[in-house]
Amino acid sequence: MYLTNLPLGSKGRVVKLTAKGKKRRRLLDLGLIPGTVVEAIRRSPSGDPTAYIIRGTVLALRSEETNFIEVEELTQRRDILWA
Amino acid sequence: MGLTARSSGLNLLRENFNIDYSKKNPIIALAGNPNTGKSTVFNGLTGLRQHTGNWPGKTVTQAQGNFRYQGQEFTLIDLPGTYSLLANSTEERIARDFICFARPDATIVVADATNLERNLNLVLQVTELTDNVILCLNLMDEAERKNIKIDVAGLKNDLQIPVVPTVARDGKGLKELKNTVYDIVNKNIVVHPYRVKYSPEIENAVEELVQELRTMLTGIEKYINLHWLSLRLLEGDKTIMRSIKDLFLKDDSFETKTEGVVQTDGVNYI
Amino acid sequence: MELIISEKNSISRIIKKVDEYFSKIEKQQLRDQIVEDIYGCAERIASKNVRIEGGRQTDWGEKVDDILTSKWLGFPIMLLLLGGVFWLTIIGANYPSAMLGEALFWVEDRLTEFFTWTQAPEWLYGILVMGVYRTMAWVVSVMLPPMAIFFPLFTLMEDLGYLPRVAFNLDNFFKRAGTHGKQSLTMSMGFGCNAAGVIAARIIDSPREKLIAILTNNFVPCNGRFPTLIILATIFMGNMVNSAYSSFVAAAVVVGIVLVGIIITLLVSWGLSKTFLKGVPSSFTLELPPYRKPQIGKILVRSFLDRTLFVLERAVMVAAPAGVFVWIFANTGIGGVSLINYVANILDPFAVLIGLDGIVLLAFILGFPANEIVIPIIVMSYLSAGAMLEPDSAEALREILVTNGWTWVTALSTMLFSLLHFPCGTTLLTIRKETESLKWPVFSFLLTTTIAIVVNFLVVQLIYLF
Repeated sequence: MYLTNLPLGSKGRVVKLTAKGKKRRRLLDLGLIPGTVVEAIRRSPSGDPTAYIIRGTVLALRSEETNFIEVEELTQRRDILWA
Repeated sequence: MGLTARSSGLNLLRENFNIDYSKKNPIIALAGNPNTGKSTVFNGLTGLRQHTGNWPGKTVTQAQGNFRYQGQEFTLIDLPGTYSLLANSTEERIARDFICFARPDATIVVADATNLERNLNLVLQVTELTDNVILCLNLMDEAERKNIKIDVAGLKNDLQIPVVPTVARDGKGLKELKNTVYDIVNKNIVVHPYRVKYSPEIENAVEELVQELRTMLTGIEKYINLHWLSLRLLEGDKTIMRSIKDLFLKDDSFETKTEGVVQTDGVNYI
Repeated sequence: MELIISEKNSISRIIKKVDEYFSKIEKQQLRDQIVEDIYGCAERIASKNVRIEGGRQTDWGEKVDDILTSKWLGFPIMLLLLGGVFWLTIIGANYPSAMLGEALFWVEDRLTEFFTWTQAPEWLYGILVMGVYRTMAWVVSVMLPPMAIFFPLFTLMEDLGYLPRVAFNLDNFFKRAGTHGKQSLTMSMGFGCNAAGVIAARIIDSPREKLIAILTNNFVPCNGRFPTLIILATIFMGNMVNSAYSSFVAAAVVVGIVLVGIIITLLVSWGLSKTFLKGVPSSFTLELPPYRKPQIGKILVRSFLDRTLFVLERAVMVAAPAGVFVWIFANTGIGGVSLINYVANILDPFAVLIGLDGIVLLAFILGFPANEIVIPIIVMSYLSAGAMLEPDSAEALREILVTNGWTWVTALSTMLFSLLHFPCGTTLLTIRKETESLKWPVFSFLLTTTIAIVVNFLVVQLIYLF
């Protein structure tokens, strides 16, 4: 699944980037490397972009970017420590 | 006259960045991620003794200011806020080129204490370029509020650079920061930062390339860390070569004569 | 010398060698690995030295964001906040404005006495007191109070971190218009000063999108134009309802005008993206930083010193020579008709088509150096034609305008024209500097003026139709 389709409130792990060139470089530099866990937290009332927590920072990405980020959704499991 | 012969090269290079070097102040660069309170640190250090201009040839605002400590005056250059130095944007290229070529006497990296990991990414990139790095751990009050505890001594030990916790809005820690700058500039402390260890396949490739560079570019080693340059070449970053061309090979005395070479060497510096 | 050349050749040789060693895909993999290794290292060091004790605190900022960017409340809250700022400005500025006006006109009376006492020639008195002093007094009394309220409020929103949320909310519209998401941030700067907004467009990396942001920044009313909007909205639209609601109505009208500006910005950006500045929006990342406690003291100092005084100084500097110019124009004439009326009469037929009159259009033209002086010029020109009212209050101003044939349609047309017409001289100079060409300021001038004329014409004709 692509990051675009990650439901709000859930977390996903980056599997790979399908972007090329400059876009790929930019996404990597933001910390979107395979294995990184991201959380979709809110969507703009105008429908796009969507804000994600990426390595501790809230970043808004347009669908033009998130369509090139493959993620696997992590099953919702409450962390006992933080419950 | 070549790269090796340019003993006054450093000052000339600094002038390339619109730095007023007439006073011979030590040059201190201020780097950091966006939203880390970098400009608060800048204002806190320089007060009203600052002015803004442009980075040469670019419509990106450059702020510089002065501060005094122990009777010595320092010039502080505020670099654009960036997440990385891998030259994906004009801002990143400016920050990278400044640290790489203007060779500041010390570089302060302002980091958000509430989000250390992302900020360390930049710190580790800066320490690849220059030894004299100070980590300014800002927003310590926010970190405390969020129950984030940072082992400053441990961090210092792992990064092998001075780490100064600050709350720049309240002016906390700024004196300590100035003191550390003073110590580094006056060689009271000598810094040898921890460097990122890359995966074997990369280190091997770099190794090979460094050998090549060493034999082929005899002059440039003085100015640029060859290990770092090899990494940039490996990842296909052409902007670094463009910067080298712009800065080193642009000197009025031989600009016109070398022009032909630029056109015929067949390299596309884009 | 040889060394330089050999270095250059070496560099190109090395690049070629690297290209031979590694294919494009291998280089991409190497780069991926480099970034991964750095992040991996950062991760390791961070996790070793950072501990979160007693669990993560729920961040109130996230809850605030849930509301500020929510699907149903995001936009209404934005409008309410904007309206709230205008409303506070309107009600807050009213009283000090009147007081300042009174004080400054008291000084004018003393100046008059002084000139009478020294038996100074009539023309000198006219130029210095009726021209320079009166225009400057006007600019100060009309502009200072709203700015002194508006700027701190706006800086507060900026300091809190609300602006990135605005950019987040509006981004999709900008994306569809083919522009950069950061354009809304440059527009926010434009509320202060369009020249500052144009400079702010530097944060946009793509040249195409930067140009669009620069060319459309003028559709955000700067504070040189806000007083015009606020005063006209107060005395014409506000007065149409019960006085208890008048300030709300006035604020709502100003919000409406700003909305028109935003819509026009989007439409023009879209148009430019499809024609002169073709292209697709470049990739965009916006950080939504945590809210920070604002530093009230610094906000007050910064908004007053950096913004209010700066703008006021500029306005006064322009107002003084403009005052001389207008007074001379108003008091010399051909065959009993003052030069101002002479020119205004020529402009009048055209001006009427777009809902203005000759004087108003002339005031916009004379206000080219700084938009702040448009209303003062209008008033001076009207006053020179007869009635010697001292415009020291909103009510007096209303009387002057109504006596000269203004209706709410004239007010609306003036507000629209003020919003859309050509950028002031400073802004055009800044555009020239930032784009490093003469073409774009000229284009900007023609574009905005054409749009202003078309929109005004359509609106006025539609109103008269119904």
